[in-house]
Amino acid sequence: MRPSRWRSISLSSNLAGTPLGRRSVLGLGAALTGSFAIGAKPAIAATASPPADAPWSQSLGAGVVDRPYGRPADTEAGVIRRNVPWLTAGAESSVSFSPLQDLHGIITPNGLFFERHHAGRPDVDPDQHRLMIHGLVERPLVLTMKDIVRFPSTSRIHFIECPANGGMEWRAAQVNSLQFNHGMISCAEWTGVRLSTLLDEVGIRKEAKWVMVEGADGAHMNRSLPLDKCLDDCLVVYAQNGEALRPEQGYPLRLVVPGWEGNVNVKWLRRIKLGDRPWFSREETSKYTDLMPDGTSRGFTWLIDAKSVITFPCPEKPLSGPGLYEIRGLAWTGNGKIKRVDVSTDGGVNWQTARLHEPVLSKALTKFTLPWQWDGRPALLESRVIDETGYVQPTIAQLRTQRGTNSVYHNNSIQTWQIKPDGSVFDVQLA
Amino acid sequence: MCSSRERSIRFGFGLVFTLALGLILAAGTFAGAAEPGRYLYGSKATPEQIAGWDIDVRGDDGVGLPAGSGTVERGTEVYAEQCSACHGTFGEGQGRFPKLVGGQGTLRGERPEPTVGSYWPFAPTLWDYINRAMPMPAPHTLSADDVYALTAYVLNLNDIVPNEFVADRTSLPKVKMPNRESFIWTDPRPDTMAKPCMNACIDPAETRIVSTAEGKQLTPRTTGPLDSMQSK
Repeated sequence: MRPSRWRSISLSSNLAGTPLGRRSVLGLGAALTGSFAIGAKPAIAATASPPADAPWSQSLGAGVVDRPYGRPADTEAGVIRRNVPWLTAGAESSVSFSPLQDLHGIITPNGLFFERHHAGRPDVDPDQHRLMIHGLVERPLVLTMKDIVRFPSTSRIHFIECPANGGMEWRAAQVNSLQFNHGMISCAEWTGVRLSTLLDEVGIRKEAKWVMVEGADGAHMNRSLPLDKCLDDCLVVYAQNGEALRPEQGYPLRLVVPGWEGNVNVKWLRRIKLGDRPWFSREETSKYTDLMPDGTSRGFTWLIDAKSVITFPCPEKPLSGPGLYEIRGLAWTGNGKIKRVDVSTDGGVNWQTARLHEPVLSKALTKFTLPWQWDGRPALLESRVIDETGYVQPTIAQLRTQRGTNSVYHNNSIQTWQIKPDGSVFDVQLA
Repeated sequence: MCSSRERSIRFGFGLVFTLALGLILAAGTFAGAAEPGRYLYGSKATPEQIAGWDIDVRGDDGVGLPAGSGTVERGTEVYAEQCSACHGTFGEGQGRFPKLVGGQGTLRGERPEPTVGSYWPFAPTLWDYINRAMPMPAPHTLSADDVYALTAYVLNLNDIVPNEFVADRTSLPKVKMPNRESFIWTDPRPDTMAKPCMNACIDPAETRIVSTAEGKQLTPRTTGPLDSMQSK
């Protein structure tokens, strides 16, 4: 009896040493290639390791400082930020997405942190970079990078998410990918000085209620923030995961506004001005406002609502046959800490509470897992987060009831992954 | 050589003095908002330094608009030179570069077209944005007069100001943008009140897929080199 199509794929894929996850829906083609490879090179079995020693076990490796600044293994070269070329006019005012399908923790490696630039990535000279703080202050200041690093330092782990993350899916499931549907979130340990320390240093005048922050990029990107938030938990940071900020994340200086939408975390920060009212800049009127079905728009929607997503399995990492799996995912909320994550394998009919992995930090990514015995039948996987305020992540249908399909930003809905009997995974939406 | 009583009196005086000094210092700290900073790093921003970087213009009332002015006619020339390659001759957009004109009456529809005319709530914001971010290859290089002229031209393309309109620090804040009253500046979220039901939450028969990304040719590849796909 001939093996079934999918059985043969699984077999050949094992023999060829090709992780099934590297393919998405091109299984048949890969199966044929795999079979061909086996037929053409029977010698592979004789030199397989084990029992043989692999070539790297019988040779001298490269020495220290062969790569003075390390990099991932060559075989990981495909684990990169990627963009959706059809989404924007050019790459300068655009976004790239983190490869969440290949990440395993709550910290995003610096080279894989998602990007959002409004006028490209400037290459700033740190010796010439200055931070000016003025407006409704007693003592306007100009600080060099050396000055800023002298202030008492604080390190905290926080996510940053673009509010347009998931924005392609308001109307319907469109993009079959974890990376492209959810990859505009990343999380890092940020080190810098509290914004409140800097504001105390210049002396806040009592009329001040708002703070404008502005970048040194060509967009001179600027946003207004309420003074209370600035004094609460904002950081002016120069380091990301222990090393200097990457240019893509604002080198040499950026603002971190924990739990609030990405664009207010102004990069290449050069100016902070205190005022009594908001500025109503282009980036908080024409953009980053949420259009409702009745024609009104919501402005100053800074908060990132609670959201979660299953990162395994996903379209990029399908299942390789029935058996026991660990469903894995990430959850986050701008409200503080994650309280609970539930997982459903039947499209939201029944739910089980997943295990949260330490550390569970405020306004940071939190990892969750749940063991799952897959019987090989179709399944609909979903995760649902509840944060410490009791807020429950909504379905896309619930969000649409409130906001229609044209609000672009703040789609924090439950992601549904359809599992087919062959183990492939598709982005779908339910009624 | 002093008695224990004298010692305790001196100690008592010392304690009071220390407390008093502490209070003075504490008061100094709390009043610190009006005092020079504690760290004294950096240098005072000079009026010249501030003037160079203080470019912001407040959207709703135009505070920060500089001297200068520009006509619609002058705007036509500057626009053709600096803007039309991306935004089209009449603001109609080019490829995925934004439309600047039209879209009025579409915001409640299936495919809204948010433009300066249909969406932007404040005219001074337009001056501020052109000044700080445009033209994209050479931002913040236009003269204040030319930015006024471009602002006048784009507003005129949208039929918001007449042909003879002259944009300046007095006239721009008075321009009433058509969509001005449609913005709500307080966040009404949370606006979904989902409940964390655990069992038999919905009828399994009603669990149906209404859309799928399968077969839609919109997903760039997620392995190998970067994709350059364009939409159909």
